[in-house]
Amino acid sequence: MSETVHSGPGGGPEAAGAPSASAQPQSEPGGAGRWNATRIALVLIAVVVIVWIGIKAAGNLEQFVTVTLNGLSLSALYFVVASGFTLIFGLMRVVNMAHGTLYLLGGYLALNFQQKLFQDDGGGLNLSLSAGGGGGGGEYNLIEWIIPLAMAVIIIGVLGIAIQQLFLRWNQGQDLRQALITIAISVVAADQMLATYGGIAKDVKAPASFPESVHIGGSTVGFFRLVIVVGSALVIGLGLWLLIKKTRYGKIVRAGVDDRDMVSALGINVQLVFAGAFFLGAMLAGYGGVLGGTMLSLQPGEDTSFLLNSLIVVIIGGMGSLGGAAIGAVALGLVDAYADVYLVFGDHDLTNYSILLTFALLVIVLAVRPLGLFGRPA
Amino acid sequence: MSLAPDAATAEAEARTASHSTLTRNGWISLGVVIVVAILASYVVSDFWLSQILTKALWIGLAAASLIFLSAYAGMVSLGQVAIYGIAGMTYANLVAADGGNPASWSPWLAVIGAIVAATAAGLLFGFIASRSEGIYFLMLTLAFSVLVYYFFSQVTQLAGFGGVNNLDLPGLVGDPGADPAPLYFTSLVVCVALYLWMRYVARTPFGLSMQGLRDEPARLRALGFNVRLHRTLAFTFAAFIAAFAGILAVWYNRRISPGSINLGQTIDVLIIAVIGGLYRIEGAWVGALAFALLDNYSREWTPEIGNILGPERFNTLLGIIFLIIVLVSPGGLVGAWESMVERLRRRNGGGGAPRTTTTPGPEGGPAPTTVK
Repeated sequence: MSETVHSGPGGGPEAAGAPSASAQPQSEPGGAGRWNATRIALVLIAVVVIVWIGIKAAGNLEQFVTVTLNGLSLSALYFVVASGFTLIFGLMRVVNMAHGTLYLLGGYLALNFQQKLFQDDGGGLNLSLSAGGGGGGGEYNLIEWIIPLAMAVIIIGVLGIAIQQLFLRWNQGQDLRQALITIAISVVAADQMLATYGGIAKDVKAPASFPESVHIGGSTVGFFRLVIVVGSALVIGLGLWLLIKKTRYGKIVRAGVDDRDMVSALGINVQLVFAGAFFLGAMLAGYGGVLGGTMLSLQPGEDTSFLLNSLIVVIIGGMGSLGGAAIGAVALGLVDAYADVYLVFGDHDLTNYSILLTFALLVIVLAVRPLGLFGRPA
Repeated sequence: MSLAPDAATAEAEARTASHSTLTRNGWISLGVVIVVAILASYVVSDFWLSQILTKALWIGLAAASLIFLSAYAGMVSLGQVAIYGIAGMTYANLVAADGGNPASWSPWLAVIGAIVAATAAGLLFGFIASRSEGIYFLMLTLAFSVLVYYFFSQVTQLAGFGGVNNLDLPGLVGDPGADPAPLYFTSLVVCVALYLWMRYVARTPFGLSMQGLRDEPARLRALGFNVRLHRTLAFTFAAFIAAFAGILAVWYNRRISPGSINLGQTIDVLIIAVIGGLYRIEGAWVGALAFALLDNYSREWTPEIGNILGPERFNTLLGIIFLIIVLVSPGGLVGAWESMVERLRRRNGGGGAPRTTTTPGPEGGPAPTTVK
């Protein structure tokens, strides 16, 4: 029980993602020499990939910038969601399989509030017609986006506490059972959301005052993606890092990870700390849901998709590691974005197979670091 | 690390402690079950035979491969549906069919190809995941499972959204739509044979060292056992079993689509395994039967409460049942049954097997192991 919520050493230079892991000197115990061949192979793969992307990028620089920025905004969204997941795991060893559910529910709640509270009169029918179409469905200003956001996020946070207190608290330490419990919750919740919100893709409307897009050089990137989502991720990452490293709460959290009983014996209410962490982690999922609901869309299946994304991000980065989550998110987002565009070899369009690259990313990281880039043995 | 109560597992093993695959009582019970299963095919309607019994057999087989891993190797895998999906998709793409990229192989050759492909995928997955333990393993296999689903839904050459339909079946099973009996008996034979084989493997030196790894990985590592190899092979073996479930599933459905191997199905198989209890292979079919019955009949008696519960909300009901079982009786139905028998025996003063090591769990069920 020693893995901590730690920010990885030096988040910056290694942001290139998976291949850089091969260059890391510290290997797992007992495997020092054995991995040489693997590492050479990995470095070769990395070189080939970089050269390929380089060639493609040189061909069309504007497209490259657009794709990269889109990928990074996707990374930012993945990070926001996964940071909550990794926070909860790092502190409590709870794998919250309902994390994707909290994400989707957060988005739906914000959508609900936005429509219920701020829709113009007589817009009920109007909206159902324009769902997904954009435009026409009434315009919302900044406040009308932020208030639903805040309400949804707080409700999701409270829901997270409820799940933790009602179901998980008395099963502390039984990580498998807790995972099964959260799976059961997500099954019920997914079905209920389908009943309530239907199967059609919907989205939360971004404030009308936001510009549509920003221009960088000759490239055009969506304003919301680039400024709001990436900005949120940066603020959240920095905030969590400060919270964990610099505050008393963070100290207790880190101590609680290492030795819960001792912290408890010192007169600190560990249960309160745990509830706080679950509140925070769930809020992050809900916040991610509102961002994702505005930037992408909300529909059944997104919960699975974001649970998978969170899993991959933290498996790559190492469970419980904030810096790892950041790097994992960047790697996953960029792989997603590049694979969708650059997997065309002459006449062969292989973009259908892009999911294999995600799998390959996972395999490569695990081959070198079984616990993820910054994972530490329990 | 496993949900399976150690004490109960030990007891279950003590009961079958001989070096044979099953005890005498075990053989007798199996014989009775088989006779009942054969008689049932003459008694029940075609609907029952197909929708309840046959389905319970193949989906139970998938769950059995999960339980085998969990009970004997301590690895709770969510990748079994992915494996059976690979087997099913390979089969579907090899025989004559509508959609996909059919190669028009003979069905029997396709079966071999499918099992080889799925077992190879199991070897690969197993090798990658073999260094992860407990909850990490669960997450990794879940990620595999969802990746396989996305792979088949994106690659239109192999499946695409609509899946592969109207598959060629071997003559042995005929046309399950017209006469479900041949497929039922085929499934029965496959399940019994694989069940016995799983029990047999568990008693081999390989199986025993696997159980040793489950309980004391550090000690076995110190004794020179290759932990990674054992875990990889265990997963591969379970993949082989799951591949048969995949074949039976496509024979049963005569089609396969990505939607039938999605996360929902993964969770269904997990639920079946948990309902049956994660530490007895037989439990898989108990859970599967319960699942098939629920699936077909719950719609008739589920009360309709607004939008929340009703015939349309089968998953809600299923999730709630799953939740209750996980919370109340981690041993599942089999575990609940055993602890009830145990309690009765104790009350009657008959010196039942001493179970003093088992502290009662939250609701009287066997206490799950706590994680160290």
